[in-house]
Amino acid sequence: MCDSKIKLKEKDIAKIKEICEFFDNKAGELISVLHRCQSEFGYLPPEIQDVVSDFMNVPVAKIYGVVTFYSFFTMKPKGKYPISICTGTACYVRGAEKVLDEFKKELNLEVGETAADGKFSLSSLRCVGACGLAPVVLVGEKTYGRVAPDDVKEILAAYEN
Amino acid sequence: MSKYKKHIMVCGGTGCRASESDTIVEKMKKELENRNLDKDVQVVITGCFGLCEKGPIVKMLPDNTIYTEVKPVNVTEIIDEHIIKGRKVKSLLPADSYKGKTDSKNMDSFKKQIRIALKNCGFINPEVIDEYIASNGYEALGKALMEYTPEQTIDIIKKSGLRGRGGGGFPTGLKWEFAAKSKGDQKYVVCNADEGDPGAFMDRSILEGDPHSVLEAMAICGYTMGATEGLIYIRAEYPLAIERLQIAIKQAREYGLLGKNILGSGFDFDIILKLGAGAFVCGEETALIHSMEGLRGEPTIKPPFPAESGYNNMPTNVNNVETFANIPTIINKGAEWFASIGTKKSTGTKVFALAGKINNVGLIEVPMGTTLREVIFEIGGGIQDGKKFKAVQTGGPSGGCLTEKHLDTPIDFDNLIEAGSMMGSGGMIVMDEDDCMVSMAKFYLDFTVEESCGKCAPCRIGNKRLYETLDKITQGKGTEADLDLLRNMSHVIKDTSLCGLGQTSPNPVLSTLDNFWDEYIAHVKDHKCEAGQCKSLLQYNIIAEDCVGCTACARVCPVGCIAGEKKEVHIIDQSICIKCGACMDKCKFNAIELI
Repeated sequence: MCDSKIKLKEKDIAKIKEICEFFDNKAGELISVLHRCQSEFGYLPPEIQDVVSDFMNVPVAKIYGVVTFYSFFTMKPKGKYPISICTGTACYVRGAEKVLDEFKKELNLEVGETAADGKFSLSSLRCVGACGLAPVVLVGEKTYGRVAPDDVKEILAAYEN
Repeated sequence: MSKYKKHIMVCGGTGCRASESDTIVEKMKKELENRNLDKDVQVVITGCFGLCEKGPIVKMLPDNTIYTEVKPVNVTEIIDEHIIKGRKVKSLLPADSYKGKTDSKNMDSFKKQIRIALKNCGFINPEVIDEYIASNGYEALGKALMEYTPEQTIDIIKKSGLRGRGGGGFPTGLKWEFAAKSKGDQKYVVCNADEGDPGAFMDRSILEGDPHSVLEAMAICGYTMGATEGLIYIRAEYPLAIERLQIAIKQAREYGLLGKNILGSGFDFDIILKLGAGAFVCGEETALIHSMEGLRGEPTIKPPFPAESGYNNMPTNVNNVETFANIPTIINKGAEWFASIGTKKSTGTKVFALAGKINNVGLIEVPMGTTLREVIFEIGGGIQDGKKFKAVQTGGPSGGCLTEKHLDTPIDFDNLIEAGSMMGSGGMIVMDEDDCMVSMAKFYLDFTVEESCGKCAPCRIGNKRLYETLDKITQGKGTEADLDLLRNMSHVIKDTSLCGLGQTSPNPVLSTLDNFWDEYIAHVKDHKCEAGQCKSLLQYNIIAEDCVGCTACARVCPVGCIAGEKKEVHIIDQSICIKCGACMDKCKFNAIELI
């Protein structure tokens, strides 16, 4: 356990400590702690889980169990521009799958992967609740509505620089 | 406070915000200031109007004119024409209005609706508590605390006949009574805002458009059962709803409507937010409680019910957002009034999220007992592009596909179950003739397989097998025996699964088998998919008359399955073809067809 800790910088460990203490190191607040950690570091690699385990006195196996159970948590870093395609039912019946295929082809990535240069990552999500705009694609915080496979190149081009 | 003569209401819901409604608001404020009108006209950001397909929506008061698909460039026109000259901007009126109706009170999509849970959505600014109070907000809480005992309050809810809007349809008053009778040092009120059904977004809209109604109802519930703490379990995917709730809780505390000694009654109640992290199974109340405790969201066997032993092993009452949103109006207007709406066993109204191949995607609220036909064709405006209605899935991944023959069934909890579906949270996905029902069932099973928590074997393994069998059928490798297998397996999964997820997950399979048997048979016997969605069952064919023999298709084919000499008709060897479609894309003469 201590080996992996070495990979984290002092100040990162201090930050995790601060987050855990904010929630009084209470085991019941584990999910809140992980939310904060993910928004701070972008993802939850084993190193971070280890440190959280230490401070909160929760076995790391339990933390790993929680991280992998919920789709919101990720153990892989996302790209600079994370692309999420909504594959909720409303988007599905309006052709989200074809849009997803087009993104896979253009980026040469599978769902859940991040490009080698760290620029784009591809994921699918279930319903952002903007079903009037189906199919919906999110790039970072920006929402694209009524996306057709032909629009994919244009969307990606906007992030070329 | 200054008095405004006119108001411009701009939808600030997730859908409209994604189409730049916040830019519209900023521009409006600036343009009004430029024209010295900012003292007379107020721009209000509201919750969802329910016309999500046509967003961003702008509504003008006092004349109720609705403008649809408004863009920032239209702002000056709206102000110069509508506000200054008093003329409507015709190009922005909804299609409905061509029949001479331009205001929300007379539009077809609103006429059949009765709004209780959504009553403030689109009418008040959700970020200003005074606007909620001005529309009778917190009056019900005051009434309950001052005039009624906890027992009397529960009695009103029982008499109203309100049933849980999250899917189960359990009588809310009864649930409150159980929780009130349970003994514990600390009791909890939990609001389930983990709207996991993809395609349903009413809870999000209520929380974004009228968060105080939920807070007020939770406080009333706390009063009836003797709880001093409330928790809202909300999806992390709904950042706007979280923000609005945080603002609302802060304002309610400042006004003494949450916290210690509410309205001087001696009753203490406060609410905190708990973020979910994306798991469909957490809609099940025991799973939700475990998730709030920082654990994996796995369900446990009931009994004990949460009313006896829930959050932190204390008596807990869990209700859904829409259920809570009904409570204040029931207290204010009385149980008899509420019970007079809807049907005998399903009283009141229900919010539905219309989505899919329907013209008016959006949120509607209708009395229970309204028929599917009225909802889809009259309020929903019918099927897109003039296509034929094929099916509607109610109840999300736990529900079933209903068809033409169910169109005149009055919608209520019991009728939908009898028809092989369920109410669920109120998502309605409409499908047209281009949708393959086998693929649709496969889509839902793919969802269930991913979302199954894995605790019990029937759900974890059974659903996976269902998915594989459906996949086999869509690949054209299925047999008639597979259809029997699907049915048998479905029943076993339903009967033996631990929680609601597994007990309902085979519904899409069973209902499509019942209602679209011929389509399954066509897939397994004739290897045909009439909707043209199952790629493996399609054949690329060269139309002899149109082929000029340019060889373009043969050159582009990655597996070399197209043969033919120059200037002669080419032929595709179906046994080698991988159905990539490259030849069809390349052909300049439209000589390749898909059959």
